[in-house]
Amino acid sequence: MRRFSKWPWILLLCAAAAGCGGDEPKFNGIDVTGADWGRDFRLQDPDGRTRSLADFRGKYVMLFFGFTHCPDVCPTALTRAKEVKRLLGADGERLQVIFVTVDPERDTPVLLREYTAAFDPSFLGLRDDTDATKRTAAEFRAFYEKVPTGAGYAVNHSAFTYVFDPQGRLHLAMPHLQSAEPYAADLLVLMKRTS
Amino acid sequence: MKSLLLVLLLSLTALSATAQVQVKDPWVRATVPQQAATGAFMHLSSPADARLVSASSPVAGVVELHEVRMEKDVMKMRAVPGIDIPAGKGAELKPGGYHVMLMNLKSQMKEGEVVPITLVIEGKDKRRQTLEVKAKVKALTTTGQGETKKH
Repeated sequence: MRRFSKWPWILLLCAAAAGCGGDEPKFNGIDVTGADWGRDFRLQDPDGRTRSLADFRGKYVMLFFGFTHCPDVCPTALTRAKEVKRLLGADGERLQVIFVTVDPERDTPVLLREYTAAFDPSFLGLRDDTDATKRTAAEFRAFYEKVPTGAGYAVNHSAFTYVFDPQGRLHLAMPHLQSAEPYAADLLVLMKRTS
Repeated sequence: MKSLLLVLLLSLTALSATAQVQVKDPWVRATVPQQAATGAFMHLSSPADARLVSASSPVAGVVELHEVRMEKDVMKMRAVPGIDIPAGKGAELKPGGYHVMLMNLKSQMKEGEVVPITLVIEGKDKRRQTLEVKAKVKALTTTGQGETKKH
């Protein structure tokens, strides 16, 4: 509840910034509008259908990479996405959250479906073979590598969340170390600019 | 009678030794079916310098101590040989830092269940003691931020 009460202030500050300076409200994340990377992906959903950005026209897409063996950063990112959706209220319905696994060996379609649904039934997990995963990460300038950790392995990965407008154009790369509020504020700014 | 007294005395000594390191708010992140790994988090404190050197649990085939770090926006996870528990300061095992990694899980970790974890603690004198922890399974969506405040 306490988080909610911050909202009027954030909105007021944004409005003030726009009103006084004549500038558009600034993003908290990194503005990558017009980038010649992060243009699209072709990956399998848990039903085995190939999905690309075109399938999400009309939705604001929040995409990030992760793996289910990750006890920490990935559930935090998914929990934050759930919180962002809640903070957006009715506009949350215009949000599509996509979790791309960088560990397709262990993250089976069934596991991926269960995992994303545990956070929000509307969240979608995507996976593919190692080559397609590598290609996707390269397109998003995302880094990942398998590293041994004692008995098993972890997948170190860059933890940005990418935000697309309803036309499938990339606008933002949000760092992991930000809470749900700046994410939601950026989405509201983007919704205002692109609607 | 004499032997009973001795047993009593010995168990008291054992109790005072293990009572040195204290565990607060131990919890395990819930899993979904087929998910093979999760993390256990807690706060450890000790009046004297100590070190968590290993852990085990009947729910997991493999248990390791892990550290997660963000390096230039890259999430890096690695196994560590131990986690220091500085006197008075303690060690926080929380998301975005250290955790006890439970791997090769034998069953799904369901919210509300209690997971036994055995910690092996080493003192400055290199003497080791074990500590039994009962960690509560919390929702997959637990952030770990402000968790200790709630209690």
